[in-house]
Amino acid sequence: MEALGLLMQGFGVLLTWKILALMMVGLVLGIFVGVLPGLGGPNGVAILLPLTFTMDPTSAIVMLSCIYWGALFGGAITSILFNIPGEAWSVATTFDGYPMAQQGKAAEALTAAFTSSFIGSFAAVLLITFLAPAISSFALKFGPPEFFAVYLLTFCSFVGLGREDKHKTIISMSLGLLLAGIGLDTVSGQLRMTFGSSDLLRGVNFLVAVIGLFGISEILLTMEERLALRGHSAKISLRTVWSVWKDMPRYWVTLLRSSAIGCWLGITPGGAIAASFMGYNLAKRFSKDKESFGKGRIEGVFAPETAAHASGTAALLPMLALGIPGSGTAAILLGGLMVWGLNPGPLLFVEHKDFVWGLIASMYLGNIVGLILVLSTVPVFAAVLRVPFAAIAPMIVVSCAIGAFAIQNAMFDIWLMLLFGVIGYVFKKIGIPLAPLTLALVLGNRAEDAFRLSMIGAEGNLGVFWSNKLVGTITTLAIVLLFWPVIDRVIASFSKTRQPAQA
Amino acid sequence: MPLPDPPNGTSMPNSEMEIVVDDPTAPDDNSPAVTSKRTVDLIVSLLLMAFAILMAWDNWKTGASWDSSGPQAGYFPFYLAIILGGAALFGFVKTLMDPSSADSAFVTRAQFGRVMVVLAPTFLFCLALKFLGLYVSSFLLIAGFMGFVGKITWWKSILTAFVFTAVMFIVFDVYFDVLMPKGPLEALIGR
Repeated sequence: MEALGLLMQGFGVLLTWKILALMMVGLVLGIFVGVLPGLGGPNGVAILLPLTFTMDPTSAIVMLSCIYWGALFGGAITSILFNIPGEAWSVATTFDGYPMAQQGKAAEALTAAFTSSFIGSFAAVLLITFLAPAISSFALKFGPPEFFAVYLLTFCSFVGLGREDKHKTIISMSLGLLLAGIGLDTVSGQLRMTFGSSDLLRGVNFLVAVIGLFGISEILLTMEERLALRGHSAKISLRTVWSVWKDMPRYWVTLLRSSAIGCWLGITPGGAIAASFMGYNLAKRFSKDKESFGKGRIEGVFAPETAAHASGTAALLPMLALGIPGSGTAAILLGGLMVWGLNPGPLLFVEHKDFVWGLIASMYLGNIVGLILVLSTVPVFAAVLRVPFAAIAPMIVVSCAIGAFAIQNAMFDIWLMLLFGVIGYVFKKIGIPLAPLTLALVLGNRAEDAFRLSMIGAEGNLGVFWSNKLVGTITTLAIVLLFWPVIDRVIASFSKTRQPAQA
Repeated sequence: MPLPDPPNGTSMPNSEMEIVVDDPTAPDDNSPAVTSKRTVDLIVSLLLMAFAILMAWDNWKTGASWDSSGPQAGYFPFYLAIILGGAALFGFVKTLMDPSSADSAFVTRAQFGRVMVVLAPTFLFCLALKFLGLYVSSFLLIAGFMGFVGKITWWKSILTAFVFTAVMFIVFDVYFDVLMPKGPLEALIGR
């Protein structure tokens, strides 16, 4: 198997003391941001990104992805001990996790959560290992029309499948695409939408926007809430770990089912949230003892955690293989890749083999190291919550400012970050989703280039997007997804009118 | 949801097993609303429409049609501006038609106060960056925020701010060599 050989080579790249140390640093920082109020995966990665600017790409991406794994692990700590889901996808973990903590079984619940996170991620990494190279070699045959069709599919699935108001998703996405277009037009070399400003010449940097949208706005939102909390402290002993692990094989169906759900949904936008709830609900439905769910059943921790992490990890599959991120955090990692001049997409597997396989190997290693790390250091991290927010908030502001400035060494970017912070705060409060904006900002230029190159090639004929079977299928699928809510309603009303006839 | 009575003794966490954090300045739940979600929704829609028109106009000037080499530079963004404007208009009309959204508060007065408590110092911090440099501004922001807003003892605030800023300086300036805005203090110590 070629993949295995390359993977082993990837491990070879990683197993140096420097990388292992960076991994630990990344994981600790990640758990830290996962536990702290007002921070989570995407914000953490965005804020800590500048730390990696001076590293070589492999060390940098290893550290960044470890921050991500750490944040995922950290989310479970607050859900179980404090009944505070750090992220939307940890909500389902609180259903049974917090009751377990209340019954004095916090250590078991945490062990279950960490272990199932590990299993979920592991399943998704396996999928990435064997599927990503295949998809990317297939995608190597893509021309501009195919790429544009795939971008279109991504955008349309956000609109059609998202839970938010459709027009709000469209607002968010078109705003992101517009902002991405500011500055120098890469095809014609013309300036546009700069209004004579030399600062806008560089365009709106994706990472500056993300730091504002996620970092600054999140502090503002957190300040609005009552920050008092009350929860349990926990210490995990080896005996607890052993007893949970011994019991685990009994739940293999749940684990397998949740992993499959996660891997599948992770590839679609917003997948982790849907996956965690679906994992939980299906585990409940197939259980012989439905009543015990929600009252501290360990299976109720296994199911959502496995699904959420499988999905969070699977979101990296389309990013690596096609250059299309499957989640907000994946979009930020993608933005990170671009900082080092790496162009994510199918060519990455050909041009930067070492890098890709180093990254995939780091997913395996990072999860193993992370599991051991969280199991052994939970009490320390739970205590982090004792630090008052009045001390954390200004430190986050400073980190954001450092990050925003370091990207292009421009004062203007600091103000831009602040502006995006306010925009993010207002948008979140009136229900305009930020994920489509992020995705559009990072993909905007490439989507436009693909569109224009295919238009130039076809001399302005839109038929190019249906010119062969492959591109036609993707484009059609995109349009179907865009109008999915309408189609869904039509199908539903059809089956309703037919039902009385059958009865 | 009522929880079943846990087995004897296990539910009583002893004091060291519990973490309690208080928030004495938490926003009051009964605080009156500053403005409703509906109002903000309408204002944002209007602003987005204005932005879309501005962008559409600029792209039209740049050239939003086709020439011999294909779509001009303004073509793609021009139509995006149209889509943005259309979606914002739709949202505006939809909110206008739906009076039920009027009651939910966008932000209460107490919440707004707390948001401003972060936003105003952040603004001043950004302003100070240019003159004092990053590290001095950061020290002032953290120490000031902890002391004035968090009501944390001054020696703790100043020590925390100093340690954090010093670590940042060592990591970014000394170790990683990342260029940051600098002020008179950095000039004094010759960095």
